[in-house]
Amino acid sequence: MLRDITIGQYYSADSVLHRLDPRTKLVGTLIYLVSLFLFATPLVYVPATLFLMIVIFSSKVPFGYMVKGLKPVLFLLLFTVLMNMIFVKGEVIATIWKIEITKEGLKQSLLMGARLILLILGSNVMTLTTTPTRLTNAMESVMRPLKLIRVPVHEIAMMMSIALRFIPILLDETDKIMKAQMARGADFESGNLVKKAKSLIPVLVPLFISAFRRANDLAMAMEARCYHGGEGRTQMKPLRYTGRDYAAYMILLLYLAGVIVTGKYSTEVLDWIGVR
Amino acid sequence: MMENMKLIADHLVYEYNKGTNQTVRALDDVSFVIHPGEFLGLIGHTGSGKSTLVQHLNALLRPDGGTIYYDGADVFEKSYDRKALRGKVGLVFQYPEHQLFEETVFKEVCFGPNNMGLDIKEVEQRAYAAIARVGLTEECLDQSPFDLSGGQKRRVAIASVLAMQPEILVLDEPTAGLDPKGRDELLSMIMDLRETEGISIVLVSHSMEDVAEYVDRIIVMDKGKILYDDTPKVVFAHAKELEAIGLSAPQVTYILQDLKSAGLDVDTTGITLAEARNTILEALHWKG
Ligand SMILES: Nc1ncnc2c1ncn2[C@@H]1O[C@H](COP(=O)(O)OP(=O)(O)O)[C@@H](O)[C@H]1O
Ligand SMILES: [Mg+2]
Repeated sequence: MLRDITIGQYYSADSVLHRLDPRTKLVGTLIYLVSLFLFATPLVYVPATLFLMIVIFSSKVPFGYMVKGLKPVLFLLLFTVLMNMIFVKGEVIATIWKIEITKEGLKQSLLMGARLILLILGSNVMTLTTTPTRLTNAMESVMRPLKLIRVPVHEIAMMMSIALRFIPILLDETDKIMKAQMARGADFESGNLVKKAKSLIPVLVPLFISAFRRANDLAMAMEARCYHGGEGRTQMKPLRYTGRDYAAYMILLLYLAGVIVTGKYSTEVLDWIGVR
Repeated sequence: MMENMKLIADHLVYEYNKGTNQTVRALDDVSFVIHPGEFLGLIGHTGSGKSTLVQHLNALLRPDGGTIYYDGADVFEKSYDRKALRGKVGLVFQYPEHQLFEETVFKEVCFGPNNMGLDIKEVEQRAYAAIARVGLTEECLDQSPFDLSGGQKRRVAIASVLAMQPEILVLDEPTAGLDPKGRDELLSMIMDLRETEGISIVLVSHSMEDVAEYVDRIIVMDKGKILYDDTPKVVFAHAKELEAIGLSAPQVTYILQDLKSAGLDVDTTGITLAEARNTILEALHWKG
């Protein structure tokens, strides 16, 4: 059921990617996401897909597990692809029930679909291989310059890490409550939309109560340990770059160069393949 | 033979986190039978698979291997009415007070029978009966369940399952987090239930005292497997083995064993306080 939602959840394993500094992974993911939007030519998806495949392979996270993470966003994905297919104007190649499918629309929608899938998988790799704590440490560290303009960087990072930490807990809790109500005869599957929405009340009320209880407990525990925000706070395991990270940055640069070359000289590259 | 078996668990296997590197085999070839009117204790260390097992009894979890027969029918068959099954095998989860959501205690207890599609008269009758059954007073009826004490909340939750009038009542660690008085009251209420309603009861617990005192049969679980399935006397005779898996025999059993090795001629198979008292008195009497 809800356990199938793997987005944002850490998958523990021992891989090169798991051991990378979280900042490297954060910056790397950003660069990767940007690289997907640099050029409009379909050719850049070749290096982008290859790169992601290699990264996923080296993360030791089973590919099936990663694809499962796409499930919750499947609707969004289909919606985007369909919208592009229907509304982009151009040379008509087929008409289905008054809806004109154009060559441009088809091309555009496929591109959008591929881009979205790479985007989601790409960011998923980061969250799957980095614990929420390390991820928010990285964010805090990367955003540190913003402190100069009085952005409460530490507080934002702390809130993010708590939110991330709560996702699996609340999913577990929802699962448990749903089962408990099913044991009392509740039915979440059958009935029309109104009935289905109504059947969620016995889940949502206990869920909210439990979330507040947990938040309360957490606040108490933090205060009991004299938490007082970021001022003068040090870390038990400060982030430190190692050789591995420099190597990773080099690979990233190479990848970026690859994308730029394929993007800039896409016609030449196509010609070259054609000539061969 | 068949009619003597209410529920049969047949070689159940269940795994969590399938398809990852953290697969946990929570149930490993578990088979047992529940007879009508039987009081069964299910004990095991934390993580031994008790909660996973009881969620199979009313088909909340689907096993990866094996199946469950209820009244002779396979409950995981496609056409089987599993919703109806959940009315017949009433499961009270651990910390059931966390599932309360209604405005009043009465409405809360009506939730179960209501879902079974009974008519309103029947639902209300059952609700009143169940509330009385768990020893809650009339004043509670219109109170918000959230205003009650912890022990009372738990009774409301149990009543809401009882109101479905199950044939088997399964309670997952019902005494967890209660004070000794609340614990005793709850257990004697459960005992009472079995005597007056004649239903089968499965009591999940990791307290040997709870179980020794009341049940007819004990199933001991360890790492997803059934280790013993026998009468309390036989099971608790294996004190050493129980200790090896993080359990123990009831405290009085240890006292009897110590007395025996100190030279007093007592019967060491005693497991309840009353039995211990009798055998000690008897031994002293023979001596003196
Ligand atoms: N929702 C879950 N996801 C993953 N593993 C679980 C889950 N629930 C239980 N487990 C694992 O299954 C095993 C049995 O757990 P459980 O049935 O809760 O045992 P018990 O009730 O005896 O304490 C444990 O190793 C536990 O870690
Ligand atoms: Mg349990």
